[in-house]
Amino acid sequence: MSKIFPKSANKLPLQIILFVFILAGVVTAATTYYATPKYTRVGYAPVQPVPYSHALHVGQLGMDCRYCHSNVEKSGVANLPTAQTCMNCHLHVRPDSPLLAPIRASYESGDPVPWKRVHQLPDYVYFNHSAHVDRGVSCFECHGRIDQMEVVQHAQPLSMSFCLNCHRNPAPQLRPLDQVTNLAWTPAQMPDHAKWAADFVKNNKVIPPTSCTGCHR
Amino acid sequence: MRYAYYVLLFVCVLTVSVMGFRGSRSVKPPLEVFPDMDRQAKYKPQSASVFFADGRADRPLPPGVVARGELRDDSELFRGKNAAGQWINHFPAAVKIDARLMERGRERFTIYCQPCHGAVGDGNGITKQYGMGVTPSYHIDRIVNLTDGEIFNTITNGRNTMLPYGDKLVPEDRWAVVAYVRALQRAQLGTVKDVPPSHKSELGLQ
Ligand code: HEC
Ligand code: HEC
Ligand code: HEC
Ligand code: HEC
Ligand code: HEC
Ligand code: HEC
Repeated sequence: MSKIFPKSANKLPLQIILFVFILAGVVTAATTYYATPKYTRVGYAPVQPVPYSHALHVGQLGMDCRYCHSNVEKSGVANLPTAQTCMNCHLHVRPDSPLLAPIRASYESGDPVPWKRVHQLPDYVYFNHSAHVDRGVSCFECHGRIDQMEVVQHAQPLSMSFCLNCHRNPAPQLRPLDQVTNLAWTPAQMPDHAKWAADFVKNNKVIPPTSCTGCHR
Repeated sequence: MRYAYYVLLFVCVLTVSVMGFRGSRSVKPPLEVFPDMDRQAKYKPQSASVFFADGRADRPLPPGVVARGELRDDSELFRGKNAAGQWINHFPAAVKIDARLMERGRERFTIYCQPCHGAVGDGNGITKQYGMGVTPSYHIDRIVNLTDGEIFNTITNGRNTMLPYGDKLVPEDRWAVVAYVRALQRAQLGTVKDVPPSHKSELGLQ
């Protein structure tokens, strides 16, 4: 009888099993790489109706975040500014710029400017800006170097593990309250940051929630 | 078997070239893989509404409605006018002037006023070089002689080409800013008479 299978076929089952393992590894790696917020969200930068630049207004003009996002330390929501906020200056500065036409239209009619949302948590998550900003958590931790962005871009994954990483040990990422909107600040600029942070956590009883009900309420 | 690996390699290269790397810029909204309860039928602040004609979920108050805790019956505190309707030239009784208030005033001034009026209130803020030529200095006689109530009113309702800041600063903060503006004026227009006798020798004044 002639041979139907060559001798190398003896190794085939082993090779198939090996291949299946490798395939499973590659698929897992691809899913963690591509199907998590680190890929799906980070880098999202929608085209806005007005090409407003934080790099110009914050980085170059030195404006404070709270000039426009004026409720960020008072309420859970960091409001987007009204058209009047822009007109404070743009009544005088570049009053005829075609780029600002939607702002002028909104200022006259009272209808909001249709900004596109960049950061958006799922509705089953409770988030509060003032709770963070008033406890020395800077905008930088969650939004990145906004002051260098021409167009706002999603800088952090804002996934549950991202939130929990900090909630389990907030101290290294805290800063003095007057530096919260200064995105260029780093802990290295403060001598003895570790000690300051430990005291700050103790004196202010900074205990971020790590139980499910803290964020899913 | 070799071909299976070639195909796998090909698929990997294809995936990476189509999907790109993490953090690359995109104008497309993030994909929500299992959008179970991600977007619920509820209104959030500053969101859109298909129900109201103007498309806004945030509703303006109907005329004549006063929200809870917003009665604002203390005329001096909320309008800077006394009962007779005249500008007051002192601080309302509800505002206590202390170091905390001044510190608050300095902070708020730096956020909301400094871009135009400058750090010392001389009208040379950063916007001057970009075309805001009309910002006055606080140290000219006319503004020094304004009453506290008038400055409060300028912040609340704006004046001529300065638009209101009443939406950004609560009344207490506005009074804190008024106090700081007064302090800036004192700092600029101070004279030898303002130096307490006990400190005169340090400054070499007899
Ligand atoms: C001159 C006004 C102004 C100032 C000052 C300002 N912003 Fe903004 N910001 C805006 C406007 C207008 C938008 C909406 C358009 C956009 O997304 O680019 C915005 C959008 C954002 C967003 C994205 C919101 C979303 O849709 O998710 C973040 C985050 C943000 N700003 C953070 C900051 C931080 C941090 C600072 C201070 C370093 C700052 N902003 C200062 C006007 C301002
Ligand atoms: C503190 C004053 C100030 C405020 C408030 C302000 N801007 Fe500006 N803006 C400027 C200055 C100064 C420039 C630069 C003008 C120049 O380069 O000559 C500018 C430039 C711009 C430009 C570019 C215009 C052009 O023709 O190139 C846009 C767009 C713009 N701002 C949008 C906005 C929007 C939207 C807001 C409100 C969220 C806003 N600005 C609030 C001061 C301001
Ligand atoms: C602890 C993380 C964190 C910090 C710190 C933080 N943000 Fe946010 N920010 C978020 C998240 C999460 C959202 C999306 C909120 C949502 O979907 O309801 C958001 C949304 C926003 C928005 C869009 C409007 C809104 O509230 O939904 C603006 C504007 C904004 N942030 C500005 C700021 C500014 C300015 C600061 C600093 C003063 C800041 N944020 C600090 C996490 C943070
Ligand atoms: C860089 C650190 C940091 C990050 C990142 C962070 N948090 Fe927090 N969180 C804190 C601190 C600090 C507090 C304040 C705890 C306190 O006041 O005792 C806090 C408090 C909270 C609270 C309680 C607020 C309240 O009103 O009691 C909630 C809810 C919360 N965080 C949700 C989130 C969510 C959701 C995210 C992710 C989008 C997030 N946090 C990311 C540091 C962080
Ligand atoms: C610090 C705040 C925080 C705490 C505490 C927290 N979560 Fe979450 N959770 C989040 C955020 C933010 C998301 C949204 C993640 C996203 O959209 O990428 C989330 C999403 C989820 C989801 C949906 C995941 C999905 O993609 O559909 C589940 C399920 C969940 N959390 C369960 C829990 C459980 C169980 C606990 C308690 C052990 C818990 N969470 C505690 C912040 C929190
Ligand atoms: C966008 C630029 C800008 C900002 C920000 C600004 N101002 Fe002004 N301010 C002006 C201009 C312009 C005038 C001149 C108004 C006029 O035409 O009489 C003015 C005038 C004034 C006057 C004199 C009013 C009078 O009776 O003549 C006072 C007082 C004043 N501002 C206080 C403030 C305070 C306090 C703040 C911060 C809450 C502030 N301004 C923020 C631009 C600004």
